[in-house]
Order: sequence, then C-alpha cells, then structure tokens
Amino acid sequence: MKTLVLLIIIWPLIGFLINGLFGKWTKHYAGVIAASALGLSFLSAVYPIWQVILGNIYDYVYFIWMPFGKINIPFGLRIDSLSTVMLFVVTFVSWMIHIYSNGYMKGDPGYARYFTYLNLFVFSMLLLILGDNYLLMFVGWEGVGLCSYLLIGFWYDKKTASDAGEKAFVVNRIGDAGFIIGVLFILFNFHSVTYADVFPFVHQVLTPETATIIGLALFLGAMGKSAQFPLYIWLTDAMEGPTPVSSLIHAATMVTAGVYMVARSNAIYDMSPIAMEVVASVGAFTAFYAATMALTHKDIKRILAYSTLSQLGYMFIGVGVGVYWAGIFHLMTHAFFKGLLFLGAGAVMHSMRGLLSTDLMGGLRKKMPQTAVLMVIASLAISGIPPFAGFFSKDAILAGALDMGHPIIWIVGEITAFMTAFYMFRFVFSVFYGEEKVPNLYHELHTHEAPRVMIIPMWVLGILSIIGGWVGLHISGEIPIEAFIARTAPTLEVANQAHYSEALLMGISACMGLIGIFTAWVIYIKKWITADTIANTFKPVYTLLANTYYADEFVYFFIVKPFWWVSEYFLWKIVDVKIIDSGVDLFGWISKRIGWLFRTLQTGFVSHYAYWISIGVMLLTSWYLIRII
Amino acid sequence: MLAAYMFVSVLLFAIGATGAMIRRNFLIVLMSLELMINGAGMALIVMSYYIGNVSGQVMFLFVAAVAASETAVGLAIVAMMYKNKKSVDINDFTTLRK
Repeated sequence: MKTLVLLIIIWPLIGFLINGLFGKWTKHYAGVIAASALGLSFLSAVYPIWQVILGNIYDYVYFIWMPFGKINIPFGLRIDSLSTVMLFVVTFVSWMIHIYSNGYMKGDPGYARYFTYLNLFVFSMLLLILGDNYLLMFVGWEGVGLCSYLLIGFWYDKKTASDAGEKAFVVNRIGDAGFIIGVLFILFNFHSVTYADVFPFVHQVLTPETATIIGLALFLGAMGKSAQFPLYIWLTDAMEGPTPVSSLIHAATMVTAGVYMVARSNAIYDMSPIAMEVVASVGAFTAFYAATMALTHKDIKRILAYSTLSQLGYMFIGVGVGVYWAGIFHLMTHAFFKGLLFLGAGAVMHSMRGLLSTDLMGGLRKKMPQTAVLMVIASLAISGIPPFAGFFSKDAILAGALDMGHPIIWIVGEITAFMTAFYMFRFVFSVFYGEEKVPNLYHELHTHEAPRVMIIPMWVLGILSIIGGWVGLHISGEIPIEAFIARTAPTLEVANQAHYSEALLMGISACMGLIGIFTAWVIYIKKWITADTIANTFKPVYTLLANTYYADEFVYFFIVKPFWWVSEYFLWKIVDVKIIDSGVDLFGWISKRIGWLFRTLQTGFVSHYAYWISIGVMLLTSWYLIRII
Repeated sequence: MLAAYMFVSVLLFAIGATGAMIRRNFLIVLMSLELMINGAGMALIVMSYYIGNVSGQVMFLFVAAVAASETAVGLAIVAMMYKNKKSVDINDFTTLRK
C-alpha cells in the first residue's frame, strides 16, 4: 500500500523522465508513453481511493526531507477524503486530456517536449494534493507554476505566446510570495508544517489575529494560482497555449490548487471570520465580474477562460462561507464539464484550422454532430440545469451561502448563474446552430468530426458531466459527497444557521439557468432581438465589457509603467550606474593605480631597473640609518 | 668639515645615478657611471683621511684602474653598437628583451 501510494506520483515522473531525456527517440510514441503513465497513475490510485471511501486515512512518511534542529520536515504522502476527491479528478481528467492530446498534437514539431511538460505538470499537481505538509504543497505549487509557464509559452516562436507564459509566471509569483509568508507564519507558530501537527492544535496556538494573517497570506497565494480578482489577468492570456493545455490548467490542475489549499487549511480559516469573509467576497466579485466579461467575447477560448474565472469564483464562495465540501464538489464537477468544454473547443479549432471567432462559425453541428452533442451537455452542466453535474454543486454552494447568512453573495451568485447560462448558450447557438455565417468556409477547410482518439475521452467526460453531480443528491438523510469530504474538512458551524427550503432554492437556481438559456435562444436563434441592437443600446457598457474593463491597460499604466519608470530612472540610472558601478569601479581604479606604480618594474629598459635599484638602496639605507640612530 | 666632503661625494654619486637612469644616450650614461664611481671614490678617500689609514686611498687606486678599463670596454661597445644600429640611444637596443 505504501509503495502503491508512492507509485501514483512516480508514474508521471517516469513518463516525464523518459520523454524528457529520450524525446529524440520516442518521437511518435511520446504521447502513448505519457498517456500510459497517467493511466497507470490512475489505476494505482483506484485502490487507495476505495480504501479511503471505506473509511481509512493513510499518511505515509517515506523519509525525513529536511531535518534542522527540532523541526523535521518529512517527505510524506497523505490520502484522506479531501485528497481523494482531488486525486480522482486530477488523475482521471488528466488521463483523458493526455489521450486527447495524442490526436490534437499530431504532427507538431514539439510533440515529445509537449508530453514531457504535461507529465511534469501532473506530477507537480499530484505532489501538491498528496503532500502531507505545506512545504511539499509548495513544491508542487511552484511546479505547476513552472509548467504553466512552459506550456502556455509552448509555441515560443510566437511572441504573444511567450509573453503570455511570462505573464502567467510573473503574476503567479506575486501570489506565491503571499503563500510563502503564510507557510513561514505557520512554521513560526507551530514549529512544524505537517498538517497533522498543525490543524489539531490551531485553537491552542493561534490567536484570531494570527489566523487572519495566515489565512489572508495563504489566500493571496490562492488568488494567484486560482486567478481571482485582481490577479486573474494571466488566465485569459493563457489561451495562447495549445488547447488541451488550457483544458488541463483550467479544469483539472493548476487553478483548482488554490481552492484545494483553502479547503485543506479549513481549521485555520474557521478561526478567522475576517479571512473567510474576504475569500467569499473576492470569490463572489470574481464570479460576477468574469461572467460579465464573457458576455461580449467572440473568441471561443476566451469565453471559456472567463467562464473558468467565474466558476472559480463560485468555488471560493463555497470555501469562503465555510461550506468546504460544496467548493470541492464544484471543483470536481467543474473539472468534468470545463475539461470537456475546452476539449470540444479544441476539436472545433482542430477542424477549423485554428480559427476561433464565433463570427466565422454557425451550423457546425451538421459537420461535427458528436462534438455538438457533447458541447450542449457540458453547457447544460455549467448552466446548472438539473440533472446535470453542475446543478448540484452550484446549488450546494449557493444554498450554503444563504444558510451561512450571506444573502448578498447568494443574490450575486444567482445573477451570475443566469449570465453563465446565457453566455454559454450564446456560444453554443452561434457556433453549432443556425446557418453558416461564411458560405463555403467549411468546405474549403474540410471541416470534419474529431478523430476517435479525441472523441472518446470527450465522451467519457461527457458522461461524467451528466452523472458526476449525482453524488450530491440528497437521499436518505445525508448527501454522500458532503459526508465524505466533511470527514476532512468539516463544514463551519455558525450560531444562527438558517435553513431555507432546499426545493425552493434548487427551483430558483434551475430557473435562473433556464431563463439564461431562453434569453440566448431568443437572441441568437430566433433573432427577435438582435445582439447588435442590445450592444448599440448600451454602447458604453458594451465597449467596457468588450475591452474587459480595460484591466490590462490599467495594470499597464498603473503598475507596469511606474515600475519601468522607477527601474529606469532611479534604479538603473542612479543606483546602478552611479552608486554600484562607481563603487565597483573604484576598486578597479585603485588596482590600476597600484599597477601603474609598479608597471616600470618589468619594462625591459635598463634605466627603469636602475631606478628601482636606487629606490631599494635608498630604502635600505634609510632603514639602516634609522636603526643606527 | 667631514660632513661637507661627504655631502659632495653623495651629491656626485646621486647626480651620476640620476644621469645613468634618465639619459638615453649611451655615452652620457657611461659618463654618469664615471661620476658615480668618482663619488664613491671620493667617499673612500675622505674617510681614509679622516680615519688616518691609507687603505682607503689604495682602494681608490684600484677603483680608478678598474674604471679606466671599464670605460675602454664600454666605449668599444658603444662603437660596435653605433656600427650596427647607427644610433647610441639605449632604448633602441632591445634585442635581449625579445
């Protein structure tokens, strides 16, 4: 068992090493190797997962990683109900994406390199979720950061792609700084970073103030990784990478790390109402804010990127109001349908030769029937239409927010649900339904259904998008998933917990989704009101949204430019040139002067030697004279 | 009185040394060497007189003899140098450096 748990993370590492070291020779088999590594990883995970479901918890320490003084930081893997959910999502969804990538990346010159990064990415993510202490989590945390940089900038010969990779990396560093501060605070207060030494003793060690500091610092890290406002700007640019990468980053791995981390640190957050309030508010704001931006975009991958932001906001509402299980549950279902949506978008791109704009599409379902069906399923799931997966998890979050006494967040969440349904179906209707917008374009591009290697993983995720939410069905007194996750991350207990009728809330949620879909249907299928009319009516709002609130420009003018200015006119021209360089040059100058003094020792001119001899004689003579006197 | 004599001898030696160092004409360098020898010789004579012992003066006779032969050799070398290089500038003779 101990070995089996270790094997889960070892398989992707092996795949990474094989493709990384022998990529030249594994050329065509790189994809098969990488996908097999993930498949084996998933199979190794099955038995431990089953054991955890039966009620066991495993915490294996393999060796002491960093002993210093009284503090020992072990290399240990912990499998409990929280990591189990993550483990299933990460290994399974990543596996599907690996298989899909085999078809998608066919013929790419960087084929082996791509799969190397992909394996390393999953390895880092597994380390992040299975590590039994904050430092191991941090290693994985940095690992996914690095791999996101490598994968987003995968086509590094494109300037935009390499810039996007850099942007992702730099923005994430800001969050990581917060995360490090949080971990150091924990180390300082508990003299350990192992979960088992931290969470049971939270109440004895921490004051609410310290808990708030730790909680906020850790949440800063989560904001970076999980792309919450205001550190979300990297995520939409991350669309520059290959589409399966977006799927991997947005669905299964990196962006969920922040949510997982907050849920994992639930004991610390429970002590600090302020930190939780911040988490929930930021989540709610991001959910709403990102959804509005998704309304106007025409680039299909960007629509999906904004919707990811929005859904992540939901997850943070869940963990922020203290209903940890709902946040993680939504993370799981979201991984299924968002993974599928990205894979579908990839399939569309694949057959459209990389064209992305909804203006060029329409009526695609005639050409790609299976993809169309799957995209509709995924969109229904994300819109929160029962009985699809997203409905249960989203509803659990919103009901939790209301029960915990956050009515405003609930209202924002419901409005966002409406917008979500609207923009998803705007996307589906304008891509797959209606008429071809550009005559004969499909014929010229030879648009076709995705090959089998791509469509099968999509079907698997499609099925999961339908049934994945059923573990959240309220049957026989308890919700299975809630009971399961609450073993590790118990729901916060509040004094005046309200209980609203579940049926009513579910009804409202479902209605919101349906109204959203109906609105999209009216505008994009029936065209009773055209989109342009609305855009022209609310011109300023539309411009604001289409330019994503000018966030990038804002960041550029208020952060990047001053930074540059300070760097150039102060740090470079004054500190570096005037102070540091002069200081260093001074030493050089002194050496030169001394050298200049003694240079004449070895010129080869007899007179110079004579000069030095005289000097020496004088010195010796003076010395003797002084001695005598 | 001794101090004045010794001062003159040291001055002679110093002038000679300076000349040997800073002049570039081989002939002048040789003359400067001669000055240095004379400065040293003067010190020998003055001290021998002061002590009342002849050995210093005898020593100077030897020195003078050696200086004369040295000058002869030196001038011969100058003649050969001039023959080879058409110059008596000591900085032109760098063959041994290479």
